[in-house]
This record gives sequence, structure tokens and C-alpha cells, in this order.
Amino acid sequence: MTPDHLVPLEYYLAVAAVLFIIGSVGFLLRRNLLVLLMSIELMLNAVNLTLVAYNRHLPQNHAGQVFAFFVIAVAAAEAAVGLAIVLSFFRLRQTVRSDEADLLRN
Amino acid sequence: MNEIEIFSNAFFGLATLLVLVGGVVTVGARNPIRGAIGLLTTIVGIAGMYLLLSAEFLAAIQIMVYAGAVVVLFLFVIMLLGPSATSSRDTRTWSSRYLAAAVFLASSLSALLALAGVRGETVTRFPHAPSTLGTIEGIGHELFTTALVPFELSGALLLVAVVGAVAVARGKQPDPTLLPADRDPPRKEGAS
Repeated sequence: MTPDHLVPLEYYLAVAAVLFIIGSVGFLLRRNLLVLLMSIELMLNAVNLTLVAYNRHLPQNHAGQVFAFFVIAVAAAEAAVGLAIVLSFFRLRQTVRSDEADLLRN
Repeated sequence: MNEIEIFSNAFFGLATLLVLVGGVVTVGARNPIRGAIGLLTTIVGIAGMYLLLSAEFLAAIQIMVYAGAVVVLFLFVIMLLGPSATSSRDTRTWSSRYLAAAVFLASSLSALLALAGVRGETVTRFPHAPSTLGTIEGIGHELFTTALVPFELSGALLLVAVVGAVAVARGKQPDPTLLPADRDPPRKEGAS
């Protein structure tokens, strides 16, 4: 595919940046633990998009795509363990509000 | 503008729409099931963008792992939690909701302005890519030579995550070596 037909690099970076900001704003302002975990997945996806876009820009090796592959693996593992923690917390407190996770507060 | 350019621009526009609308729905929806569907939309949009970026293997992995496993896991847990998964009055005050909307709007506008500033010839076009970019052979070759150590470590990580998730989610079990009369009596709140 000749390169002039493709969408330029900055557009992908802009989409990834806005998605990252959406994820971080959701992480900071929401109190529901499930929405927090989903916002983390949004941020990881934004980073993956940046990595893959730059790999297309520098296509001599697959460094960006391999990195994104590992990010996907780590994100899946972290989602599993995080949801197990949410379930245990729910079993303890019957809620998923992060405000209720205050056992370590003095 | 021939058909290829029109098609790739339209596909990129559709993928961007899916990504950003899905993201806003994920962080804004009160019902977490709606949030999970928003996350699914974002993931499918990102997979579409991977296809545009010559990353076919990664697009397939994204659909299989993220959309097919992570989102399904989220939905399972949300349904296990039942109606308690939806928390009412999630954000503290109305001002934080407007702050979120303002930050999002500011970021989108600055991204658009940054793009408008580089419109035209200064925009970075992608170079020619080798035909092996993003193929299974290409990524597989790199995964098993240059990235072998991280690959094996990620296998160990996934094993640890599986064991850890089971151990954390199981909760406290009564000690099977004690007589039934001496085992821990179930607590009033949330017995395991």
C-alpha cells in the first residue's frame, strides 16, 4: 500500500491521547471499583495504540507490536486479579464503592 | 482522492468514533453493564485501528483476548455482584462531573488544534513497510528470538495470575483438619 493513502501518524497519536485522558479522568473521578478497572483498560489500550502507530512509523522491527502484545497479556492478568479482589471486597463489605475501602485509614 | 484513500479515511473515522464514544460511555455510565459494553466498543475500535496500522496479528489477539476474555470476565463479575454493582450517586458533587467534561473537552480541542497546526505537508506520512510487518511470522520470529525472555516471563506471570485470582476469590475456607465442632463459625456478614 503506498503511504500517501494512509492516515498520518499524528491522527493516531491524537486519538490515543484523548482516549488516555478519558480513561484517567474516569479513574480519578469515579468511585465504582468496576469502573476504575475498566478505566485502567482504557488507558492501556491508548498506550497500545501509540506503540503500534509508532511501530508502523518505524517498521524496521516489530518492537512496538511485541511490546503491545505483552501489554495485552499483562492487562488480562491484572484484570483477572483485580476482579478477584473486587469480589473479595464485595464479600466483606457488600458494596463496590471505593469509599468503603477504608480499613487502613487511621 | 481515489477509492483507497476514501475508504481508509472513512474506516479511520469509524474506528475513532467507536473508540471515543465507547470510552466516554465506559467512564460515564452509571450501570456498569453499560460501561462494559462501552469498553467492548472501544476495544473493537482499537482493533480496527490495528488493522489500518498493518498489525493484523495484534488485531486478532485484541479481539480474542480483550473482547473475548477480559470483557466477558467483567460481565461475569458484574452479574455475580447483582444490583449492588450499580452505585448510586457515584461522583461526589455535580462539580466533579462538569470538571470531567471540561477536561475531556479541553483535551480534545487541544488535540484537534495540534493536528490543525501540522495539517498539510508537515504531517508525518508512514513510510513503506515490509510485507512481513504485523504478520504472524514476523511477530513470532521476534517473539522467540529478541523477546524470548519477556515471553517466558509473561507465561510465568499468567500462571501466577491464575493461581492468585483463584486464591483471592475463594475466600476463607474452614480448616479441614479440625473437628466440625471446632471449625470457624460462619461470620454474620458475608460468609465465604
